[in-house]
Parts: sequence; C-alpha cells; structure tokens
Amino acid sequence: MLKVKVNDIDIEVEEGFTILQACELAGFEIPRFCYHEKLSIAGNCRMCLVEIEKSKKPVASCAMPVAEGMNIKTNTNFVEKARKGVMEFLLANHPLDCPVCDQGGECDLQDQSMFYGIDKSRYKENKRFVPEKYMGPLIKTQMTRCIHCTRCVRFATEVAGVPEIGAIGRGEDMQITTYLEKAMESELSANVIDLCPVGALTSKPYVFEARPWELKKTETIDVMDSVGSNIRVDTYGWEVKRILPKINEDINEEWISDKTRYSCDGLKYQRLDTPYIKKENNFKKVSWFEAFQILKDKINLTSPEKIAGLTGDLTNMETLFACKELFNKVLKSKDLESREKNIYINLSNRNNYLFNSEIKGIEKSDLILLIGTNPRFEATMLNARIRKSFLKNNTEIFSLEDLGDLTYPYKILTNTTEEVKKIIENNSEISKKITKAKYPIIIFGEGALDLNSSKYIFEGLKKFLIENNKINEDWNAINILPFNASAVGSYDLNIVSKTNDTIEKIKNNFFELIFLFGQDNFSFNKKNEFIVYIGSHGDKGAEMADLVLPGAAFTEQDGYFTNLEGKLQMAFKASYPPGEAKEDWVIINEISNLVGRESLFKNKNELLNAMNSYINSNKKDDISNLFKEEFVKEKISTLPNDYYHSNVIARASKTMNECRSIRTKLKKTGTEG
Amino acid sequence: MSIKKVSKEQPDKFEFNQDNLNLANKIVLNYPSGKKKSAVMALLYIAQKQNDNWIPLAAMKYIAKFLDISYINVYEVATFYSMYNLQPVGKYFIQICTTTPCMIRGAYKLVDVCKKNISEKENELSTNKNCSWTEVECLGACISAPMSQINDDYYEDLNVKQFENIIKDILKDKKPKPGSYRGRLNSEPEKNRKTLLENKNA
Amino acid sequence: MLEDKDRIFKNLYNDLGSDLDSAKKRGDWINTKEICNKGRDWIIEEVKKSELRGRGGAGFPTGLKWSFAPKKVGAKPHYLVINADESEPGTCKDRDILRFEPHKLIEGCLIASYAVNAHKCYIYLRGEYYNEGIKLQNAIDEAYKSNLIGKNSSGTGWELDIYMHYGAGAYICGEETALLESIEGNKGQPRLKPPFPALVGLYGCPTIINNVETIAVIPTILKKGSKWFSSLGKPKNTGTKIFCISGNVNSPCNVEEEMGIKLKDLIEKHAGGVVGGWDNLQAVIPGGSSMPMLSKEISENITMDFDSLVENNSGLGTAGIIVINKDQDIIKCMARIARFYKHESCGQCTPCREGSGWMWRILERMAKGEASKDEVNMLADVTKQIEGHTICAFGEGSAWPVQGLLRHFKKEIIERNNFNPLVKNSKNIPYLIDQHILEEDIKNVKS
Ligand SMILES: Cc1cc2nc3c(=O)[nH]c(=O)nc-3n(C[C@H](O)[C@H](O)[C@H](O)COP(=O)(O)O)c2cc1C
Ligand code: SF4
Ligand code: FES
Repeated sequence: MLKVKVNDIDIEVEEGFTILQACELAGFEIPRFCYHEKLSIAGNCRMCLVEIEKSKKPVASCAMPVAEGMNIKTNTNFVEKARKGVMEFLLANHPLDCPVCDQGGECDLQDQSMFYGIDKSRYKENKRFVPEKYMGPLIKTQMTRCIHCTRCVRFATEVAGVPEIGAIGRGEDMQITTYLEKAMESELSANVIDLCPVGALTSKPYVFEARPWELKKTETIDVMDSVGSNIRVDTYGWEVKRILPKINEDINEEWISDKTRYSCDGLKYQRLDTPYIKKENNFKKVSWFEAFQILKDKINLTSPEKIAGLTGDLTNMETLFACKELFNKVLKSKDLESREKNIYINLSNRNNYLFNSEIKGIEKSDLILLIGTNPRFEATMLNARIRKSFLKNNTEIFSLEDLGDLTYPYKILTNTTEEVKKIIENNSEISKKITKAKYPIIIFGEGALDLNSSKYIFEGLKKFLIENNKINEDWNAINILPFNASAVGSYDLNIVSKTNDTIEKIKNNFFELIFLFGQDNFSFNKKNEFIVYIGSHGDKGAEMADLVLPGAAFTEQDGYFTNLEGKLQMAFKASYPPGEAKEDWVIINEISNLVGRESLFKNKNELLNAMNSYINSNKKDDISNLFKEEFVKEKISTLPNDYYHSNVIARASKTMNECRSIRTKLKKTGTEG
Repeated sequence: MSIKKVSKEQPDKFEFNQDNLNLANKIVLNYPSGKKKSAVMALLYIAQKQNDNWIPLAAMKYIAKFLDISYINVYEVATFYSMYNLQPVGKYFIQICTTTPCMIRGAYKLVDVCKKNISEKENELSTNKNCSWTEVECLGACISAPMSQINDDYYEDLNVKQFENIIKDILKDKKPKPGSYRGRLNSEPEKNRKTLLENKNA
Repeated sequence: MLEDKDRIFKNLYNDLGSDLDSAKKRGDWINTKEICNKGRDWIIEEVKKSELRGRGGAGFPTGLKWSFAPKKVGAKPHYLVINADESEPGTCKDRDILRFEPHKLIEGCLIASYAVNAHKCYIYLRGEYYNEGIKLQNAIDEAYKSNLIGKNSSGTGWELDIYMHYGAGAYICGEETALLESIEGNKGQPRLKPPFPALVGLYGCPTIINNVETIAVIPTILKKGSKWFSSLGKPKNTGTKIFCISGNVNSPCNVEEEMGIKLKDLIEKHAGGVVGGWDNLQAVIPGGSSMPMLSKEISENITMDFDSLVENNSGLGTAGIIVINKDQDIIKCMARIARFYKHESCGQCTPCREGSGWMWRILERMAKGEASKDEVNMLADVTKQIEGHTICAFGEGSAWPVQGLLRHFKKEIIERNNFNPLVKNSKNIPYLIDQHILEEDIKNVKS
C-alpha cells in the first residue's frame, strides 16, 4: 500500500494504481475522454491533467502510476487552466452541431465543456472537415466530430479481437476508419458507439429516433442467447427504441453483442396482436372468446395421451411452470418437452447442465477445450471472455474442429469421438495438459450432446476430470453451453419428456393436439394434428398452427430466466403487449380456467410461490438412464447456427437481416482475398 | 501533411519478385523471432521500388499476409510516413526542401522552376510523364541549402540556373550528377576553411 | 579555436576516406579490446567523468543514462539503439558521421553495447539518408569481415550484431520512444513515460538510446581519457561538438568546435560571417528549429553550451545554428517552421495535434498582416496551452520557436497587424468565419 495525498486528503492505495484511480478513491472525479477501465491506457486526450507537487508540468493522471508520498491536487487554478486549454483544443475543430447530433444529451464532450469550455471560440480559422466513413449497417459516422481518443481502435483490437479500425494519416489529418471502409466484421462492433465519447460514432438504426431524456429506461436482461447479458431497454410509448448494455462484471462486463442490441426492431414487426384461426389454409381474425371455445372443444375431444407440448427458446420460467402445471393437472399429459432435439441431458444434478466454471471463471483459466461448440456465435459475450483470458494468461485453447476465426488463436484437433475417447483414456497430449492445468475448462456445446456417444463422452470426461481432481470444491471444469435463453430454466423445471420420446412421436404424427409455447425452431411433417401456437411473432410456429394465441415478448412481461451459469435473473416489463396480445402465463391460466373450470393460479404471486417451492423441492426426472452409454466412432460438429437469424425476434428484425446479408455477401464474393 | 490519397487505379495483384522475396525474407531475420512486424517499413520500401515508386493496395495486403499482421496495420503505417507513395509518381521524383533554412536561401525559387518546367501542381506528372515534384520538409542537409532530393540522391548548393539545367536533363531522361553544385567539398566552409587543413593538404 | 589535434572527427569533410583502412590510420579500432577488458564499470565511470552530455538535443548525461540499464541481464535481452533520424531543421551533423566516420560510430556501438550488456544494436536511420545508409552498411560489413563486430567482436568475446532500420519520413521518429515504435513496425507515436526505455524499451526490453554523435565520440573519449575530454569546454558542458551553421551566412558549414565557443566566433570565423555583415543580423536560432531564437543583442556575446543558452531562454539542442539576416521576413520564417511542426505532429495527443495547426494558421495570417492585434496575446496563450501538456517534447519543440518570435519581435508583429478586428471585417478575409463575434469584440478593444 502506498500513502498519497489527494487535495490534502490522506489515502492509501494499492501499488500499481494510477493517479486517476487514486483520485477517484479519494472521491474526486477526473474528466477524461480517452481513458476507459476496460481498455489499454492511451493517455492521448490530455483532459485528465492534475497537479503533482514538485512537478513543473501537469501530469496525465490516467497514465501515471502513483508513487509513495505523492501530493496530488485536482482543484487548483493550475489544473483548471491546463484542462481549459485542452478543452479549447478539442473544441477548436469540433463542429457546433449539438442540436442535430444524436449524442446530444449523453455526450462527454458536451458535458465537460460545461465545466471547462469557454463560451466563445477563439479559433478563427476554418474548421476541419473529415469525410464520413462507411462502417457497416450499425455504425453511423460523422468523423468531423471525432476527437481522436482512439477508444474505438483499442476496443476493436483488444476486446473484439478484430483489428479492423485504425487511425490513418498523421497530425491534424489523422482519420479513424476501417480498412478501406468495410463493415467491421465483429459481433461486438456496436459497442464502439457507447465508447465513443462524442457523436462521431452513433447508432445507424437509431438515427434521429429520440432524445435520451424522452425515453423510459428499464434495466433488464437479454434473451438472445443463454448468457443473460444485462441490458437497459429504452422505450418511447410501446416501442422499444434502443437497447444498451448495463454493467455486470460477472456476465457481460459492459458490452453486449450486436444481436442483443439491434434485434429490438424485431419487436415491432410480424407481431401477433389478435387470435387467429386457420380456415382453408387462411388465417382469420377471431376474438379471444371464439378462440378459447374452439380450443376447449378440441381439448375435450382429445384423449390426454394424444396431447403434446413444446416450449420455446425465449420462454420465461413463469410460463414454463404454468405449462408444466397445465399439462400435469389439467391436460393430464406427460408429453411436454423443452428440447428441440433429443440431446443428452443428465438432470440428476444441476452441475450436469450448467456452465460450472462461470463466465468470470474463464478469466482464470489456463486451458480451454471446445467440444461441438462455436462460442463466438453461440454466446458472443462468453467468447469475449475467452479472448480476455487468452490475452491475460495466454490460455491454451483447443477445439475439436476448425471454427474459423474465433478472435483468438486455438489449436484444432480432429473432430471425432475417438479424439475424446483418447482423452478419457488418458491417452493423448490433451489429457496430460488437462491434468497439468490448474483451471481447465471443458465446454460441451449442443453439437456434442446430439450424438450416439454423447453419454459416453460426457460421462466419461466427467469421470476423467473427477479422477484428476478437476471437479472439486473450488473448481468445476465441466461446462455446458446451451443455445437458448430458456434452456437452463427448463431443466430446472424438469421440462423434458419423461420417456424421452415426445419429439420422436411428434415426428411420427402420433399426436392429435400439439401446443407450441413460443416454439418456432421446430419443424416436422404435419398431417392431421391440430396445432395451437402461443407466442409473440408470426413465424414458423404460427405458420404451422391452426389456432394462434397472441402472447408477449420478453420486454413486455416480467419473467425469470436462468442463465447458463445457473444465475436466476428477471427480465422486466419495459413495454406492454401489442393489441389484444396477453402475457403468456395469463393465457395458460385462462386455458386452465376454460377446460378445468379452475385457474391454475389466483395471481402471479401464487405462481411464483408455487414455482419456487417446486424448484426448491429439487424433484428431478432424470432421463439420462434412457440414453445408451456406448461408444460409436462418429464426427462431432457444432450445430448449424444462423447467427443473425437464430430466433423470432432476430428474424423479424430488419437490422439483423441487413447484417446477415452483408455477411453472406462478404463470404460469397470473397473480398477477403 | 494532408491525408494521403490512394490511387484510384489499382493493380489486382501484387507479389514480390524472386529477388525481392529473398530480400524480404532476409530482412525479417534482422528482428527477433515473433517480431516480424518490425519488417513492415522495409517491406513497404521494397514494394515501392518494385512497383515504379508507389505502393498499391494489393501490395499492402500482400505484406500484411507476409508478416501475419492486419491490413489496417499496414495501411496505418503506409499513410503515416511521408516517404511512401500511394499513387504513381514520376520515374524521377523530385523533392524540394522548403523548410526555413532552405527557404531563406531561395528554396521557393526552385519550386518555381518545377512549376514552370514540370507541372503547375505538386504531385502531377510532367507532360512527358517521367517526372513529378513535391515540396518536402527538412531533408537534413541544411548547410547545403537550397537543395533537392531526386530519387535517392541529394543535389546541393543549388541556384536557379543550375536547377533548371538539372530539370531539363531529367526531362530528357538523363541523370545529372548529385552533390554540391558549387564544387565545394562536402560540408566544409566554402573558401573559408580554417580547420583540419593538414588533412586537406595531405 | 580548438586545435586540430583535439578534433575527434578528423574526416568530417572526407579528406581522408571513410573505409576501414583509412579509419584505422586515424586511430579507430585501436585498443578496442583493451578498453572493453577494463570492464563495464570502468567504462561507465569514465564516461560519467568525461561529463559527456547527449548530442541528440536534450543533453542528458550519457554515463548516467547507461547506468540505468539493469546491471544484470534478466529474462529479457538488452538493446542498444542509435538515433540517426536527424530531422531537426538546421541540423545535418550526423549525416557526416554516417558517411565519413562510420567506423567511429560502429566502434562506439561495440563499446556502448558492451557497457550496457546488449548483443543487438539497431541503428535507426532517416529514410532520406539512403546513400548514407549504403555507406554505413558497407562499413558494418567491413567490420564484420574483420571480426571487429560479430560473434567475437574485436577479440573481446562479446557477441554483437548491428542492424540498420530505415525510417520513412517522419520527424517524430527522432523522439526516442516513437523511434522504438517505428522499429517495432508501428506508426511513430511516442509512448507514455514512465516506464522509461532503459527498463522497458524495444520489444519491452531494457534499451539504451543515444544519438549518433554521442556514441561516435565515445571511443575517442575512452582512448584519450575522460580528463582530456572534460578539460575542453566548460564544466558540465564539456568536450567538442559539431556545429551546423546554415542560413544567411557566407560559408555555411559543419565544424567541430569546443563547447562554449562564442556564437559570434562560429559565425564570423567559420561560416564566413553574416550575409551583409554582422549588422545585417536579425536573429539566430541556436539549436535546431525547436529552440527559441536569440536576438542580435544576445547573439553578440553568448557562448554555445547547454547552460548558458538555457539561461537565455533557449537551448543548445542539436547545435544546428540557423542565421537569419535582415533581408528575411522573420514572421514568414517562423510561420514556415510552424508549418513544419504542423506537418510532423504525429496526431496522437490533443494539444499538439490541434495546437500546431492553429499556431501555423495564425502565423500565416500574421505574416500577411491579416491578423488583428489582440491575436498576438492569444497566440502566446496557445503556445502556453501546448507547452508541458503533451505526451512528448514535440509540444515544447513546436511552441518554443513561436514563443521566441513573440519574445523578440512582438513589436514587429503588432506593427504589421495593427488594427482592430472590425477593420479586418471589411477586408473580407476568408479565414474569419465568425466575424459577428469579432464585431462584438470591437466594443471592448480600443485601438
Ligand atoms: C520531437 C523530437 C525529435 C527528436 N529528434 C531527434 C533526432 O532526430 N535525433 C536525435 O538524436 N535525437 C532526437 N531527439 C531526442 C531523442 O528523444 C533522445 O533524447 C536522444 O536520441 C537521446 O540521445 P542522446 O542522449 O545521445 O542525446 C528528438 C526528440 C524529440 C522530442
Ligand atoms: S470515433 Fe469516437 S471513439 Fe473513435 S477515436 Fe474518434 S472520438 Fe474516439
Ligand atoms: S483520460 Fe488521461 S489522457 Fe485521456
């Protein structure tokens, strides 16, 4: 610990702290543009100047480590003059276009010029003009406003791992650009918009949509993948105008993926706002009353074993639990399933389906093995953590198959079950490395769980890890990376077919009545089944359905999700369902009322209490014994994943469509050459 | 320095020829292993020499791949340093230093010579296409002002008349003799030498 | 005047040839092994005692700098880097060492590398010195061939490799950390300090960086003794120095002279006097363009050494003397220097990037008489806002010359720009974009 003085207050700080950190610790805020906790130190904006006793020059506090006995001053005339000087330089060539700038109201430069700016410009020369740069469909540029803090450049190279933004030229003609003005090829690209302290990089889809102070802000979570990134949803009336990251150091730090941020316009399009019934292959609007009458008749006419239900990828736990109760108590059917395929799952213990090492734990890790997963597209934020770990610890990373660019280097093994068998039998280089590693991480994707030998490789590796003490009180090396936001919640609620054959039976057209609760990723050859779709978007599920009941999206109802690490988080209601659409659990409750002449729950509270006591009772229908533990020589590969189109909201989003077509074009024309 | 414009017309392909490939591989060895990036400046020079004194985009890509670094990295370097030409220049590339020490000894008169004999504007080819000129900052030969660098050579102690002759030669594709045009020995004080006289007479 | 026998660079004008044999005749590569055998501590002590100060501009004591390198080599190798970027306007001394006395430099590299435990030495040469580079490379090749450097350099058992690295036209790469960035294959943008290169330098390893002249004088100092060197010049400003005298003199030249020589002697005796006679002198820039100019009055008596120039609000810098006589427009001269700094700013930090262009534009207008007189003080303000606020010393380098101009020629500037903004308004100057604000100003500013 070092003793220093900040404005005559004595404090102790850790060695290696910068002066800026020390000042913050002492409670003094230091203005800054280039400095950002999560990026390397550039020290180029010079706004954070402070006075150090015995130093003739002011010192850039973000870049200078504290030394024992330093006497730091942040509030003297000397400091104010220095900062005013810097501010004048920053504003000299900055356009005075705050009224038409989207950053207005949340601009660091605007805010700080209130303290350090002078109300009149002494700069009488022509202002510099910098041409706009194309940076893709998400980022709008207005480079004349750029103050050359290089946050965007550092983010792209350091965090995103795609060195595609740079500062070309030099001196006052330096310009920020992507290489030859190409779209940035990263799923994290739009974070530069948040990072840019001025309005040089702003959000293209959000351009001139609203002023920050007009928006209602709701802190909630994201459901685009199983990570559960923390976000803030900004709404204007019903409409979700934009989504921003909310800091959660354990999960997404302060970034979010482009899909999380920009699929929100998908909440506006293709929405179901009234019940529909299919007649002669055409959908007809009906009232809730009519719809329920039809459904009631159908249920009454169908025997319970001919009823099945599938829950979806974005379904919250309240809805899942209501479905479960509906099937158990009212419909008396056993065929409710949350999986889209019969992937191997062992519910006997939660650790069998969680990401046990935790996202934060990735930073510690010294070896990572990817089996049947592409984290870059399946869990972008988790992938960013792997990159961080690589940068920090030079972590060795292996993947069974070639996954293309993951933003960090990794070694490719052979993508067969034999490779894994060798590891299990302690017969390969990797086994040795795992045994030697202090914090190894083995990540199973759904691609690894969808094999004939899934049980063999999962249980085998688990055993290997236990034997080598890689699963113990402090560390659990075994990790599952599911696709869907609802996956872990569904497992916690035991939503798997008890006989593990519901999916097969659906495909064999065994059932007469099938409920799709927000399930849009499942397809089969429909024959005479009557399909009821309950969900938010007119997508694959609704298309197949005979009866459509309009539900709510994740931003329109309060609902719990459990993320891949097993953290229970609430998605809060930021807006309300459109038209006649209702919250999902309400619809299910009403169905129960209709058929069973009794509601499942009196109110949401009752639902929550019942759900909690169910989860705490820890009853598990372990179906793992229904899988054969046999070894088959087969290929392991990640499941296909159409990144920008992975769920209904993303598919309805124009922005995601645009991103997708740019990516595919890029791949096709091979401009990479 | 205004931002460098990249030539509109670009060749599709660039590759080092065999000699340059060998040279490039040799230069990489000047740096510790894993620090190949250090060779980027040298490789840009090689590309520039090979490609008639300017660097096409294809060459930057080629170099990025050669050194296993990102395109933007090479692009940043190529636009930062003033000696890399990103668009075609003349076979004779004339650079006139106009920084103060040269300026006060008449550098702008040399600029006028260029304007008159080569092209009105900087960085434009002469009508016979073999020559272009540009103003540059101090070339580190201030005691020989005014001076000009033509390709790799320094032409020093110039006056308007001599420089006109030099340009005329060049336009005829004749390379004039570099060095001092007042016939003095390197940086000795002309006609006023008071030191190391023994050497001089030795 | 320094006697020839005390001159270090006997071949400054290339009377004798720069090849190895000629160099040996002048005493190069003699006793190199014996010097090294006396040990690192002795070498560093001897350099300290000679009071040699860096010839690259900052005048930092060389022996002290060397002693900052870790005594023992740890996990990281040490490097020696020679700064041959020579881009400071008014300076062209290193060029003559590179082409005519390369063996002094190479021998110095060996001794310095040995003293700071470096097995690799990079010489960073400005790209324009292409021919000088070829000459230097020839000399390096000669030295390798004769085993003066290489696996067992000069029989010392020390392994030394010397590589050249060409710059490509960027003045800022003379700044030592920008130079390191440039060697690493990046844009030449200076690094934040601390950490200093002696501990974290090239590729993150301990690195000692010295100017060409600094290293080239080392062998002679060690051969003739630190006492000899320190007996020349003045205390703390010892030895000899190559001065470059350019501008309005009758015989511009490079000359090696004793530190502390009178500026007037240099100009009159060596450079053949000011064009038009001493009375025609307007101002002198004494140490390369970064150093504030001296008025004629100060130039009369000042001696050329670090300390006395600092006392007169200037500095010895690189000892590149630019003489400006009364035939020149002094504002134009400084506007051109300001343009140089605007052109060469790396653009990394705000005050330098924005300030250097601003100063240039004001000075251009002032040279044309298109500025208003209140802008004189504003220009002074701008220089103050740059100075001391930047990452590297380029900020000072660009601000000081303007401050020098304002210090000595404020009267001239105001005479030429002696009007209120309103008057300018009617002159319809395209630079002035917000004239309405200026009109407001008029009410307050009185002529
Ligand atoms: C903007 C700038 C340009 C510089 N240019 C040079 C240069 O061209 N040559 C040089 O030797 N030193 C130059 N220096 C000084 C170096 O940073 C460094 O102090 C010097 O190389 C150290 O060597 P010395 O101790 O032998 O003088 C420059 C410094 C600055 C701030
Ligand atoms: S675009 Fe924004 S983030 Fe990037 S350097 Fe400019 S001001 Fe900084
Ligand atoms: S915040 Fe310290 S220099 Fe920018």
